[in-house]
Amino acid sequence: MTTKTSQPPLVAWPQASTGQPAAGPLRQWLDREGSAYAFLSAYGLAFIVFIVLPVLAAFLLSFTFFDTIQPPRFLGLKNYVVLLTQDEVFMKYVLPNTIQFAVIVGPGGYVLSFLLAWMLAQLPKLPRSLLALVLYSPSMTSGVAMTVVWLTIFSGDQNGYLNSLLLSLNLIQEPIQWLQSPRYLMTIMIIVTLWSSMGVGFLAMLAGILEINPEMYEAGSLDGISNRFQEIIHITIPSMKPQMLFGAVMSIVATFQAGTIGVTLSGGNPTPQYAGQLIVNHIEDFGFLRYEMGYAAAVSVALLLMVLFFSRLANRLFGSEN
Amino acid sequence: MRRTWFRRWGGLRSSGINPPGFHPSQLKFYVILLPLVAFMLLPMLFIFSHAFKPPDELFAYPPRFFVVNPTLKNFNDLFNKMSASGVPVSRYLFNSVMITLLTVGASILVSTTAAYALSKKRFKLKKALFAINTVALMFVPIAVTIPRFLIIERLNLLDTFAVHILPGLAMPVGLFLIKQFIDGIPDEVIEAAQIDGASDVHIYWGIILPMIVPAIATIAILTFQATWNNAETSTLYINNESLKTFAFYLSTLTSTTAGANAVAGQGVAAAASLIMFLPNLIIFVLLQSQVMNTMSHSGLK
Repeated sequence: MTTKTSQPPLVAWPQASTGQPAAGPLRQWLDREGSAYAFLSAYGLAFIVFIVLPVLAAFLLSFTFFDTIQPPRFLGLKNYVVLLTQDEVFMKYVLPNTIQFAVIVGPGGYVLSFLLAWMLAQLPKLPRSLLALVLYSPSMTSGVAMTVVWLTIFSGDQNGYLNSLLLSLNLIQEPIQWLQSPRYLMTIMIIVTLWSSMGVGFLAMLAGILEINPEMYEAGSLDGISNRFQEIIHITIPSMKPQMLFGAVMSIVATFQAGTIGVTLSGGNPTPQYAGQLIVNHIEDFGFLRYEMGYAAAVSVALLLMVLFFSRLANRLFGSEN
Repeated sequence: MRRTWFRRWGGLRSSGINPPGFHPSQLKFYVILLPLVAFMLLPMLFIFSHAFKPPDELFAYPPRFFVVNPTLKNFNDLFNKMSASGVPVSRYLFNSVMITLLTVGASILVSTTAAYALSKKRFKLKKALFAINTVALMFVPIAVTIPRFLIIERLNLLDTFAVHILPGLAMPVGLFLIKQFIDGIPDEVIEAAQIDGASDVHIYWGIILPMIVPAIATIAILTFQATWNNAETSTLYINNESLKTFAFYLSTLTSTTAGANAVAGQGVAAAASLIMFLPNLIIFVLLQSQVMNTMSHSGLK
């Protein structure tokens, strides 16, 4: 930190700086780029320690057997082979669940965010801000604060709000164990996650739509664009591709990050008959409940690859060509 | 001004984006949006209403959505409660407030300094480093919970106050948004200051920071949400009960509500949920125009 303050004006003008002739290359480099790295240092350190190292460690551990007591033992690709060929729970429940959840919540939440943002953009500022606030606020609650609400609404006895409502409407004859039933758990997880999916990406897309130059639309109507749908496809989306991509990446990350919702709702890992088991729960199951850290790391790597794959896909759709 | 006039009266079909006032053509959007918004609002109304219900309303049959005789009893019970291990609730709340304030402050400092370097300084690895950060936007922290745990263990950070703060400091989205925002400041501003002999620290502190208040507000909100709502750090890295957070305490309440202990816990849990939720809402309401301002710089190319 002190490097920043020690020789203030010199940094900007390296040529005119040092009094001593023929400074060493390190010295020259410090004069030229030192302050940039000084400014980057704090973030860089945190970034390396808490993002880069964990990812590297996950990658390395995934080739080992590691139970946290003995040092890791090298296994080669065995963890991955087991994951793909012998892990029945993974193949039968976790993977299909994850794909179902991710495909509905990811693109579903994303399209919903865009459509809502687009409709909001058609309204004057005051109602727009109010409605945007309501739509965004579920994403601020992030799990823990809302648990009590979901547990009360979906409570399994006749006192549960949903059960009581359906009973009084005579739609069901006896209370349903919503959160313990393999039939309903996934649906509820999807609804709850969609409910909170209007997050940062939604705000970015709303801002993006509002930023589009109105002359674009005027030009479009001269070019024969006749309805709002064509307008969205040919003008709105192409004009805000960068925001669309940002929104897509945010919604992919949020989707996978939301993976613990099944355990939160049902109250235990594994979820009832693995009905709500997602890849994130599988990692925790092996890592923290069975202490098979190497295997859990292999599942983590699989998850990171899935995120990467979907992000590449989004990049294909919305990235700038070059 | 002229453009608005043009769109309104110019005879060309208006795009309808960001209209200046009400127009009957907007009705169809209200018809779709209002029911949906009302539906989305329900769970939040529920927290408010539930937290103020007296016991007989909490467990009334049939259950009633809105409170009839609001009472502060749940909040009183909450603050008179001790956790199972004898730590008063106010201690968790105090921890949460301190941790959140420190993390937000540190995160602003760490991200804005780095963003200033990535946006305005000249050095060889600049583009590469920003590209790495952009890839890291895809980072899903939950995927590497285990290696993170091992690293934190090696660094002797388990059971420390710092472990609540440090892992949250590298926030790729925050750096990304601030850097994009600083890109909008013309280089001439900085060059002029340099000619006047301003130091880097002075440029950063005296010129850049005052110009990027909206971006700072945005990262403050994002960090606030990530920290205030975080129960995992306490679960994974902290054994010492007096170092745990309010979010963690709430998560213990709801896990007992799910079980046999439902009768005692529900009202208290609802009150705690409201305390969890309200600060998020208030801060966003206060800062939302700044956030929207930042978000228009959010494009990912």
